[in-house]
Amino acid sequence: MSFLDMDERLVALLEQVEFNRSPLTDIKHCGSCEIGLIEGGVCNAENVKVLQEFRANCKTLIAVGACAINGGVPAMRNHFDLKDCLQEAYETGIGVTNPQIPNDTELPLLLDKVYPIHEVVPVDYYLPGCPPSADAFLQILGPLLAGKEPVLSSDHLHYD
Amino acid sequence: MTHNTITIDGQEVPFEVGQTIMDAALAAKVYIPHLCHYPGLTPHGNCRLCSIEIGKKSVAACTTPAVAGQQISSNTPAINAARKSITQMLFIEGNHICPSCEKSGNCKLQAMGYFLGMLDEHFPQFYQRRKIDASHADIVLDRDRCILCDLCVRASREVDGKNVFAIAGRGTEAHLIVNSSSGKLVDSNLEVDDLAANICPVGAILKKSQGYDVPIGERIYDQHTISEIGLQESIAKESKSDDN
Ligand code: SF4
Repeated sequence: MSFLDMDERLVALLEQVEFNRSPLTDIKHCGSCEIGLIEGGVCNAENVKVLQEFRANCKTLIAVGACAINGGVPAMRNHFDLKDCLQEAYETGIGVTNPQIPNDTELPLLLDKVYPIHEVVPVDYYLPGCPPSADAFLQILGPLLAGKEPVLSSDHLHYD
Repeated sequence: MTHNTITIDGQEVPFEVGQTIMDAALAAKVYIPHLCHYPGLTPHGNCRLCSIEIGKKSVAACTTPAVAGQQISSNTPAINAARKSITQMLFIEGNHICPSCEKSGNCKLQAMGYFLGMLDEHFPQFYQRRKIDASHADIVLDRDRCILCDLCVRASREVDGKNVFAIAGRGTEAHLIVNSSSGKLVDSNLEVDDLAANICPVGAILKKSQGYDVPIGERIYDQHTISEIGLQESIAKESKSDDN
């Protein structure tokens, strides 16, 4: 969402780029791309597949935001065993009615832990922040689109 | 070469006999990165952020005595790269989830990451599971964020005249313990105004009920670098000892 904070600057960006798989399009599989921006940690089997697909198709892969970089707030579940998390949420927690742990085959299996993306695939650049600001996005994307090495300035470097 | 000076990155720095390189540097307003050093407490050399080079030898500035004529390198790309790796290791050894931490913005580990331009944690996480102690009425201890700097241990012993904390275990088993009959803070004599309750550089020892008095974005390291604050701390300490 903070990507959209670029507001009218998105228009200028759109003159240079075309969105492939993104929350703004309804493309289900990532095609060949110059740049992939990945947010969020890796917490289930589907995340792993999507991430691997992005890595295979994107020349440059950027980990965006605290969760992608170190697991972030969802990684707080790593403090507990997965079984205990599921039991608390679906069986024994306060206010749970009709207790049962969901096991529909449509649901992606949860991983034992929430992992930062660089522990699953190689990552080229990191854009920290929770979330990174629109300016921070532009500071990375601008040089990359011009074929240069991006540098995040210290005023845009935040982990929160 | 004059008597009783050392040279840090080409700058002459005077020292008094008995001073460490860190003390001499800070007194001369030359910042050497550090997390486990605090002016007035016995230096321990735990965190290694203050690693410097004298010739080809790498030493900790906080524990190495200043000796006339030392030629010291500190603020070089190679040494700062090593410091960045050390900071990354401190991050992955614990669970440092800044967006969920009350200390965010006031945290020295985070500020060190900013200062050294750390974008990611590079190494695989240790996925530690350490115990939280929320038993004390006013203070909480979240060991997940402890970087084992030993500052609370030293502050309690040397300034507060108590002995609330200790580090037990070795290597990856090292952890902070509370010296009380139950091992809990509630049964210790730690008080809110003790230096030990206020010195933690990270969000491991926190005072309850005030975590968000200052909003995120308006905190110390949202507005200052750790080098500015590090120098200020040593100036504040000096003027305090002048008063005494
Ligand atoms: S609790 Fe804080 S002050 Fe004490 S050793 Fe851990 S990081 Fe250092």
